[in-house]
Amino acid sequence: MYKIVEKRTLAPLTTWFLVEAPLVAKRHKPGQFVLVRVCEGGERFPLTIVDSDKETGTIALVSQEVGKSTGLLAKVEEGEFLLDVAGPLGKPTDIHQFGRVVCVAGGIGAAPLFPIARGMKNVGNDVTVILGARNEELMILREELETVCHALRIATDDGSVGFHGFVSQLLDERIQSGESYDHAVAIGPLPMMEAVCKVTGKYNIPTIVSLNPVMVDGTGMCGGCRVKVHGETLFACVDGPEFDGLGVDFASLSHRLKMYHKQEQCSLQRVAKEGA
Amino acid sequence: MARDKAKPGSIPRQKMPEQSPLARVATFSEVALGLAPDIAHLESERCLMCKKPTCIEGCPVSIDIPSFIQRVVNDDLEGAARVLFESNALPAICGRVCPQEDQCESVCVLGKKFEPVAIGRLERFVADYVRENGLDLLPNPGQATGHKVAIIGSGPAGLSAAGELAKLGHAVTIFEALHKPGGVLVYGIPEFRLPKDIVAQEIDNLRKLGVEIETNVVIGRTVLVDELFAEEGFDAVFIGTGAGLPYFLDIPGEDLNGVCSANEFLTRVNLMKAYDFPNVDTPVHVGNNVTVIGGGNTALDAARTALRLKPEKVSLVYRRSREEMPGRAEEIHHAEEEGVDFQMLTNPVRFIDNGEGWLAGMECVRMELGEPDDSGRRRPIPIEGSNFVIHCETAVVAVGNGANQIVASTTPGLDTGRHGNIVADEETGATSRDGVFAGGDIVTGAATVILAMGAGKKAAATVHQYLLTLDGGATENGAAEITSPG
Ligand SMILES: Cc1cc2nc3c(=O)[nH]c(=O)nc-3n(C[C@H](O)[C@H](O)[C@H](O)COP(=O)(O)OP(=O)(O)OC[C@H]3O[C@@H](n4cnc5c(N)ncnc54)[C@H](O)[C@@H]3O)c2cc1C
Ligand SMILES: Cc1cc2nc3c(=O)[nH]c(=O)nc-3n(C[C@H](O)[C@H](O)[C@H](O)COP(=O)(O)OP(=O)(O)OC[C@H]3O[C@@H](n4cnc5c(N)ncnc54)[C@H](O)[C@@H]3O)c2cc1C
Ligand code: SF4
Ligand code: SF4
Ligand code: FES
Repeated sequence: MYKIVEKRTLAPLTTWFLVEAPLVAKRHKPGQFVLVRVCEGGERFPLTIVDSDKETGTIALVSQEVGKSTGLLAKVEEGEFLLDVAGPLGKPTDIHQFGRVVCVAGGIGAAPLFPIARGMKNVGNDVTVILGARNEELMILREELETVCHALRIATDDGSVGFHGFVSQLLDERIQSGESYDHAVAIGPLPMMEAVCKVTGKYNIPTIVSLNPVMVDGTGMCGGCRVKVHGETLFACVDGPEFDGLGVDFASLSHRLKMYHKQEQCSLQRVAKEGA
Repeated sequence: MARDKAKPGSIPRQKMPEQSPLARVATFSEVALGLAPDIAHLESERCLMCKKPTCIEGCPVSIDIPSFIQRVVNDDLEGAARVLFESNALPAICGRVCPQEDQCESVCVLGKKFEPVAIGRLERFVADYVRENGLDLLPNPGQATGHKVAIIGSGPAGLSAAGELAKLGHAVTIFEALHKPGGVLVYGIPEFRLPKDIVAQEIDNLRKLGVEIETNVVIGRTVLVDELFAEEGFDAVFIGTGAGLPYFLDIPGEDLNGVCSANEFLTRVNLMKAYDFPNVDTPVHVGNNVTVIGGGNTALDAARTALRLKPEKVSLVYRRSREEMPGRAEEIHHAEEEGVDFQMLTNPVRFIDNGEGWLAGMECVRMELGEPDDSGRRRPIPIEGSNFVIHCETAVVAVGNGANQIVASTTPGLDTGRHGNIVADEETGATSRDGVFAGGDIVTGAATVILAMGAGKKAAATVHQYLLTLDGGATENGAAEITSPG
């Protein structure tokens, strides 16, 4: 059992949790995730580890409510427990001195990006963060990100704060106006990562993205998380979740995420009906 | 009743009562119901109590088969159980899932002229009797030796190694990646063949022996093997991580929605209980027509599991003929009875898109058998121009499993073989790393429950010897002192 020691709301439907998981905290490196099961009968679903503290044995998670499982998680209160937390899973981010690094976050992607930006800065990279959201209210971790980069640029789809448009457009504009980058990391919704890769591909900037296929075990046993990168089939939970964005088959992944759409709807409708 | 009253072979092999095919496909409850006491008794009378019981050689853990059967003849079921437990910690499981026709029963002397003694069924009968009557036959944990052993993986290999070592007085901790212990016994083999409360009870017995089980720990990620020694104070490590890396067919369309591995399909249904969706949260994809590809136990389990999720039709596509199917004979028979459509000598060549990225069918080609290959089985060759389409919305790929690299790749100095398996001595479980032992599917490739258990048991004996040497030279006296209880 894994205790929630702190909980706060970052934005509508977006919650930050501090969870007691000493073994996970001890070995966590940026880019890794945990598989969480909230309660008996619950799904195993992945969440990126946003931060960890070896001393207190805690990890931070940020979850956006999109369906039944993330909805159940949102209802767990401070002092209560999660049934299962397994990790840290996946390969850590390749963090070394690249030179000028741009970290692009879309929406909830700000959470997984936070430890990566910090890691990149700590090893001496010049780090720019481009943080985007649909609107100002939905933007998360802005202050935290500010502390782990040299320059923070903001974009919103509706222009409520910062650049009016997508992060990919802002990135393109920055590059055209003379900023150069040796390495890019983009995390967010699939269309956003795909759009960023279109831009970075144009300028031949190596780009890492973090993929989010549906997972079951997270140890390479089921193959449910398979993705196509440079034409090769790989398992996101053990070979990733980070991959060369310029080789990712985004279309097939986005289609695969619809696999359980009908059942997900059914789960949600039941929740709505029973209030369970 | 004295056995010699019956002439050899005069009693026919007793049948296992089963749920009718129609009744059982409606539920996940166990198909084979177990022998009634009088029937079991009759079956036990068939045993010749051979002077040279070849059956024992056919059993990978060398159960003293005539000795336990003699006790069934004498109606001493508790005694029979004690004989079983001497060699096999999990008889209720082995009696159910061992491929007896290839092991003990294949070399039964009676089987030369008549049908072999139903050893597996009797084993199950005895084990169930003990369980159902709550008899406590557990050995005592040995006197504490002060040594700590880590077991990685809670499948049959890890469980049997853990049990043996606990009996010898070592402090044993099992680390399991999933949230539930049992390995393939819980996530792979379905409830209707192996009820999960039986597995749970066997695991409880281990806990009573003092074995600690830590779930949600992925060795190689959560903790490294080197850290188990350096930071967690373990003196030896046994790796029993199984063959859990699904192979795919590598044919066009395999990424269509509706295609999954048998491991995923079975894990969703068994471990995550997706058959009860939406009462539980994990769904499983089952179209009106399901095709399973493969011919082993995994394929048969996937096909029969699919049937119970009530599609219109389930087909099993296998590239050789029925005779070559590696699955257990009994289960092939069960699958056929339950209405699985067997498409033998058939090989898939591509998955067909419905135009929107979902599976609509599978193009197959018919095969014929040519010359025997390395495995001694006749090699299947495609018949040109015989292509045809099986319509299906779900395809489950069950063409084998390879070795997961998480432990090997994070443990320096641990040698692996050509297929990524950990290299370990078959008799001792010793690996290239001092203090690290391995056994089960991670060493042999996908095999059987009893072979994995046998490997765990053999390795436990070596681990024990190894721990004695740590005490400063293994003396025979020392060994005797430590092994005396249990
Ligand atoms: C490596 C990894 C790291 C992740 N990190 C985070 C994180 O830090 N914070 C966070 O909020 N979410 C994260 N996710 C996504 C999160 O796991 C899913 O949102 C969650 O599983 C949805 O479950 P649900 O039952 O609430 O929704 P469902 O009802 O299952 O799904 C609702 C919607 O979400 C989509 N979806 C379902 N499963 C996933 C999935 N595994 N990934 C992405 N979309 C999915 C569905 O297509 C559907 O549109 C991560 C996913 C992966 C693979
Ligand atoms: C569907 C199916 C049906 C089968 N039917 C039969 C049958 O009828 N009869 C028969 O004899 N055999 C059968 N088999 C084969 C048999 O189940 C296996 O040979 C046997 O389970 C192997 O045992 P094991 O202990 O080596 O590994 P497993 O049972 O695979 O257990 C390995 C365990 O290790 C865990 N693990 C893996 N990596 C790590 C890690 N890094 N850290 C921590 N834990 C880890 C896994 O989660 C798993 O729980 C079947 C197999 C399958 C898949
Ligand atoms: S354990 Fe398996 S092989 Fe050994 S006697 Fe029992 S059924 Fe036969
Ligand atoms: S070989 Fe057959 S008949 Fe002989 S002892 Fe073994 S089980 Fe009995
Ligand atoms: S989640 Fe099962 S293999 Fe990746």
